[in-house]
Amino acid sequence: MTLKPEEVRWVAHLARLECTEEEIKLFTSQLSEIVAYVNQLQEVNTDGVEPLSHCLPISNVFRSDEPGVSLTVDEALANAPARKGDFYSVPAVLD
Amino acid sequence: MSAELPYRVVIGLEVHVQLLTETKLFCGCSTKFGLPPNSATCPVCIGMPGVLPVMNRRAFELALKAALALNADIAPFTKWDRKNYYYPDLPKNYQISQYDLPFSRNGWLEIPTAQGKKKVRLIRVHLEEDAGKMLHDETGMGRDSLVDLNRAGTPLLEIVTRPDMNSPEEARLFLEELRLLLRELKVSDCEMQEGSLRVDANINIHIPQGDGYVATPIVEVKNLNSFRSVERAMAYEAQRQYEEFRRTGKKLGEVPKATAGWDEDHGVTVVQRRKEEASDYRYFPEPDLVPVLVDQAWLERIRAELPELPSVRRERFQTQYQLSAYDAGVIVSQGLAFADYFEKVAQLTGDAKAAANWCTNQVLQVLNERKITIESFPLPAESLADLIRKQRQYNVNPQRAREVFAEMLKSGEAAETIIRRLGLDVSFSTEQLRELVRKSLASQPKAVADLRAGKAKAMDALVGQVMRETRGKAPADEVRRLIQEELAQTPA
Ligand SMILES: [Zn+2]
Repeated sequence: MTLKPEEVRWVAHLARLECTEEEIKLFTSQLSEIVAYVNQLQEVNTDGVEPLSHCLPISNVFRSDEPGVSLTVDEALANAPARKGDFYSVPAVLD
Repeated sequence: MSAELPYRVVIGLEVHVQLLTETKLFCGCSTKFGLPPNSATCPVCIGMPGVLPVMNRRAFELALKAALALNADIAPFTKWDRKNYYYPDLPKNYQISQYDLPFSRNGWLEIPTAQGKKKVRLIRVHLEEDAGKMLHDETGMGRDSLVDLNRAGTPLLEIVTRPDMNSPEEARLFLEELRLLLRELKVSDCEMQEGSLRVDANINIHIPQGDGYVATPIVEVKNLNSFRSVERAMAYEAQRQYEEFRRTGKKLGEVPKATAGWDEDHGVTVVQRRKEEASDYRYFPEPDLVPVLVDQAWLERIRAELPELPSVRRERFQTQYQLSAYDAGVIVSQGLAFADYFEKVAQLTGDAKAAANWCTNQVLQVLNERKITIESFPLPAESLADLIRKQRQYNVNPQRAREVFAEMLKSGEAAETIIRRLGLDVSFSTEQLRELVRKSLASQPKAVADLRAGKAKAMDALVGQVMRETRGKAPADEVRRLIQEELAQTPA
């Protein structure tokens, strides 16, 4: 399995990562190796095997609809890159 | 297809409703609307590292309840997935949603159209978390946007229909019926103004051509902030697509799917030709949540909690009370409390027709004028039933009965008290009335002759005299009937 540089560029874009052309080249080969390694799993015969969506053999874990403790506004905004009043402030988003 | 339009409209809706829980989907933060910004968040819902979401049982059961009422197939096994994208209102950089194994598929909702009942089929219903709320700078000066994360993590039900609606009106009717249903189930309050119901609409048109038709490219219309704007936007967009097709000839599949925003002020859809970038959400199973298995016993328990659904109540009112489809529709669409009120009046009076008339006219008028619901309507069902019974007993004509009704609303007095005060409590025996009628006929030979000659107007003078003699208390219809009878018995 070999990835193409444009695929790596696309994945980087989706993850909002800025990569140099050097890095794209490096990651293309490294990621190709990783994908090839994982792809070995495709060789296993899975006929009659139930698909697994979770590694723990448990299901139906719920909490009751009861209020817990929330953060104060100051605590919540403590890590905000920028704050305006009681809001997170972010660069203008044009949608 | 509407008779006037040279095309068939095809609409599918994607509706998000907020579930009526106390707390969020995966944490104990409050879901209450209108809290101070960023006052209802915690490490789980603002995506701090190392936290674990745990599913709110109530949210899942409300979702099951809605899906059952929507006749959906419930999956025995369901799981959640991460939908990855970057946006400032999404602190985790992924939304916990459902991808390939939603908890329900298929289903349908029946809507009452002018042409009769119609089933709108559903593709799926799934349970996901909401994002936060953005406040954008409206000045256009490019100032920073503000983010409030109170809404992040609130439970949402996503309901996706098949493209089964064939007019803007049907789209509105579907939304009205869905809102009525979800409110009666207490699944959601469906307040569009508060964002607890949101709608996106996919629309295109089919234009007859030869033996078949051509379809225009599908446009997804967003920013629909009322049912009325859904209806207006669909009508506008359909016509816009027709005109664009006539200009460009572009068909479905020849251009990428577009998104349009509805501009309420100008009444137009504004198409945003997005750069051709396929959505790539890189869904994968949410490792922090375990799957949910739903067995028959659980489903039966939820099913047993379902109240009578609006569509069933509409049918029942027609068979049990002989209401017209229209009256049953008007009453049921007002919600359960109003329908209960009608039923009580109908049962207390044994006169469902009168009960329906009063409820759909006078009562509804007062509710609309005062902008209140039946719960705060001042007359209990017993009082209205009492008025209907007294109206019958004293033979009070409809206009005077409405006066009594208005007086009851104003003073809170019983119907009987007001009827007495207005002097409407006089009942005349038929013999008394006949006597008065004979007197009237005898004293107005010209009017009698005119009436016999076919001048219907002459009746007024004859009735008028009886009314004068009884100071307006005689039942005019009965007087009129007796005049006819007398004339028939004494040929000219
Ligand atoms: Zn929280």
